[in-house]
Amino acid sequence: MATNPDSIPPDGRPYHEQPQCRNDFPIDWPQDELVARRDFTKFLILTSFAFAVGQAWIVFENWSRKRRGRPPIQKIARVDEIPIGVMRVFSYPEPHDNCILVRTASDRFLAYNQKCTHLGCAVTMAEKGLHCPCHNGWFDLATGAPTAGPPRRPLERITLEIRDGVLYATGVA
Amino acid sequence: MKPSQFEFFVDPNRCIGCQSCVQACGECDTHKGTPMIHLQYVDRPVSVQTVPVVCMHCDSPTCAEVCPADAIKRSEDGVVQTARKPRCIACNNCVLACPFGVPKMQTEFSLMMKCDMCYDRTSTGLKPMCASVCPSGALWYGTREEMERLRPRSRSINTFRFGEQIITTKVNMMVPADGPAQHIDVTAAMDDEPIGESNALDSVFEDM
Repeated sequence: MATNPDSIPPDGRPYHEQPQCRNDFPIDWPQDELVARRDFTKFLILTSFAFAVGQAWIVFENWSRKRRGRPPIQKIARVDEIPIGVMRVFSYPEPHDNCILVRTASDRFLAYNQKCTHLGCAVTMAEKGLHCPCHNGWFDLATGAPTAGPPRRPLERITLEIRDGVLYATGVA
Repeated sequence: MKPSQFEFFVDPNRCIGCQSCVQACGECDTHKGTPMIHLQYVDRPVSVQTVPVVCMHCDSPTCAEVCPADAIKRSEDGVVQTARKPRCIACNNCVLACPFGVPKMQTEFSLMMKCDMCYDRTSTGLKPMCASVCPSGALWYGTREEMERLRPRSRSINTFRFGEQIITTKVNMMVPADGPAQHIDVTAAMDDEPIGESNALDSVFEDM
């Protein structure tokens, strides 16, 4: 006796001729998407566990960052190469950490991490300060503090030092 | 040999009423202590003949058709599973609807439980509990060829008629090879005169 893989409706007509409700609530197991309460609870528990592990990972990352100490001093450019009022991009302390450098006056240099403190888009210089185009966030050019838009934390400041006419990045404030 | 080549055969003629199947069914770990098989007396006042009733696993399972909670499912190999516990609302619709009288309502669990042909066993090629203990072969699980060789005077049927409804099942019933197919009109009994004397009210009216 061959077994039908699908059950037969009582009137014997094929499934595509049946009312929608019969296809919405199929009798056949393969056609049914069964999520049991136990499976759902399992999913919740495993997800909470993953979140807890994530918290521990963040704590570990913070701890290891503190252990790493201050980043090394890095040469950016010669002072006379940098024009006033123009934004320059450099990498500090890691090659993927893009930073912006602005010379506002002949003796005044400002450097910030380019990553917006809202969701990490690249910040660029605009007329009214530093602008993040993703969600229209604004930062004060002089201090890096947020002035408008969604960001709530100031941009990371890069400390600078001039030695013998050469500009160096000395650390992340 | 693949599990799909095995079939279940019920041969009520051979049942001796020993209750082995009932005990073995209750031993199963998936429903420990609650047998899913029914051992019915055909006509107890006049005969000791018993009939084992397992789920026949219909191609068009009426129990699942009437389930308002979508709790009864039929798997790909044609086995109608017992009610999904998170879904069953213990409404008794399947108990009333099944033409073979198979589903059992377990009120203490608020759950319908029925024979699933020992799905944990048969899906891996083992015999169902009841067929593995039946001493007379009334419940038998194996290949069709072997069954035909063992019982040449019987033939198996898997089509049943209840009134206007014709049901094809996965489980086979052994009947005499030369006997005619009997169809029982289940609603015919409604036209019969009631059995027994109902003189209680008559005597009341006579006195009036």
